[in-house]
Amino acid sequence: MKIHEYQAKDLLRAFGAPVPPGEVAETVEQAAALAKTYGCCVLKAQVHSGGRGKAGGVKLAENADEARAIAGKMLGMRLTTHQTGPEGKLVRKLLVTPAVEVKKEFYLSVTGDHENAALVIIASADGGTEIEETARTHPERIARVPVSAVEGFKRYEGLQVAGVLGLTDENEKELLSLLEAMTRLYQEKDCSLVEINPLVLTGEGHLLCLDAKVAFDDNALFRHPELKELRDIGEEDPREYRASQYDLNYVSLSGSIGCLVNGAGLAMATMDIIKHFGGEPANFLDVGGSASKEKVQAAFELLLSDENVRAIFVNIFGGIMKCDVIAEGVVEAVREMGISIPLIVRLEGTNVALGKQILASSGLQIIAAESMADGARKAVEAARRGGDRV
Amino acid sequence: MSIWVDANTKVIVQGITGKQGAFHTEQMLAYGTKVVGGVTPGKGGQTVLGVPVFQTVTEARKATQANASVIYVPPRFAADAILEAADAGIALVVCITEGIPILDMARVKHYLAGTDTRLIGPNCPGIITPGACKIGIMPGYIHRKGHVGVISRSGTLTYEAVKQLSDRGIGQSTVIGIGGDPIRGTGFVDALRAFEADMDTYAVVMNGEIGGSGEEEAAEYIRTKMTKPVAAFIGGQSAPAGKRMGHAGAIISGGKGTASGKIEALRAAGVEVALTPDRIGDALVKILSDRGLLEKCRED
Repeated sequence: MKIHEYQAKDLLRAFGAPVPPGEVAETVEQAAALAKTYGCCVLKAQVHSGGRGKAGGVKLAENADEARAIAGKMLGMRLTTHQTGPEGKLVRKLLVTPAVEVKKEFYLSVTGDHENAALVIIASADGGTEIEETARTHPERIARVPVSAVEGFKRYEGLQVAGVLGLTDENEKELLSLLEAMTRLYQEKDCSLVEINPLVLTGEGHLLCLDAKVAFDDNALFRHPELKELRDIGEEDPREYRASQYDLNYVSLSGSIGCLVNGAGLAMATMDIIKHFGGEPANFLDVGGSASKEKVQAAFELLLSDENVRAIFVNIFGGIMKCDVIAEGVVEAVREMGISIPLIVRLEGTNVALGKQILASSGLQIIAAESMADGARKAVEAARRGGDRV
Repeated sequence: MSIWVDANTKVIVQGITGKQGAFHTEQMLAYGTKVVGGVTPGKGGQTVLGVPVFQTVTEARKATQANASVIYVPPRFAADAILEAADAGIALVVCITEGIPILDMARVKHYLAGTDTRLIGPNCPGIITPGACKIGIMPGYIHRKGHVGVISRSGTLTYEAVKQLSDRGIGQSTVIGIGGDPIRGTGFVDALRAFEADMDTYAVVMNGEIGGSGEEEAAEYIRTKMTKPVAAFIGGQSAPAGKRMGHAGAIISGGKGTASGKIEALRAAGVEVALTPDRIGDALVKILSDRGLLEKCRED
């Protein structure tokens, strides 16, 4: 689960990290009023995406009038960054925060090192908006310091990071305390990322978290009910959100072939084989190992709500989930929803003969596929022919 | 022969009284697996499908001499269940549960490093030695006794691969689902090493997917240590970066963990890589023919 910058900063502040003051404005008036209090300030679009500055989502305002003008433009605009896709993200909130004199920028984050079942601190003296470029061109300028998931953060690890960032004396102490806060937040709240970019050295010579990004392990949200209210549904893909309500694993893509598959590995492989035959998958969808009729129906609704979808490919390997149960679910869904685009179904595994018989005797326009490859080929053809939807 | 499980493996089921646990216990018993006991705290003394239920794993182990356990408990209790099995001295723990918090698994992994327990999973279909022992949720009937080892990160894609082998008359020595989570007990290299050492395994099929570096490490092991032929498939060639594809571990981040990188590494190690999932069986047949092993792999 991702959260906004202002929420991440609130959390970091609560864990004792040095975070600048700031408040959220949802109207032009609120933004102007905050600017009046702060004087020279920065308005930052609150959307779940990196690269906001370069995309025009971070602006400096000298006074309340400028803040009013900037907020007027930013609120309601769609911000398109390299992470949002061409459709961009609607800006509904601005973080207004006093401008800070910056002497130097650093990159600092805590994330998971899965290969070593550990945490890792990632640090670079080349902080700021170019960090992704630095990672590509000068990976040696980015240091990784592992932290045990059992023992937690230790002082000497912090001293190593201080060395990398070239921080000494008072700043070194500030860094140790910041790292302690970041790692504690990471472990106590089951984060998947705590990132400060940039971490800055201010004109007064102190460390300050100028920007912050925090994400959580979805699997651990059950033990943090307090985090649930931080979820901003407006930032999520509407179909992905609806899928999560039905406990379906769905990822929205931009192609024309809707996929309905059981199992994540097979779902990925189904996308691959569609692509191999020259088609484009509209989505990744794993209905899980124990899909009920209701789930299959919800899955069809999701696929059909995507107006790019020109054909649907159902690819099932029935293991514990029986093919006849899936076939019944498909038939019922088609009857109730009246699917008007080609539907290709490939069934394999437990009770496959019975499943195929149910499809064949349904009287519905269902294209049976003999194999995964056959199904993918037929789906690609159908989507190509499909053209406009009825 | 086979690896890790055989006809003598005695299994206890943690979470046997749950819906999943009871259903799969029935399936495992029907396959012929020696399910000797179950564990559900608070339900000790009951029986499920004729199998005695115990309060704790230690109790169950003392009473039954079980050497393996399979875990079907909900995610919030799963890490605890793994540790309980390890503390009771169970040699092989298979964790089916999906959705365990990653920090729980990080701590479990460290704890297990100091024990003799092997963990398979979590978030996996389990392990099966065809005709001898099935521990997990895979449909038993698609398997066939034989000489090819199968290792896979996913469930249904494993079944797909296994069926392709069985349909071509090629049986399996042991089939292992190592799971779709980013932190797992047994990895590709552990399984490859065991298959390399197993006299009865002549070749290996591995199904990888995007995310992590397990496939690259496997390629390095195959290149430097492995004498037996390997065929592979890597899922997620068409997956976009930064999006999690169902499995918690299936994500390309920071340009790492791509399918193309993994395929390249495997090819460089002499692995026959199937480009589409329907060709896994063909890829194996090709490398077996090249090595003159095809007929041998069609024997029982």
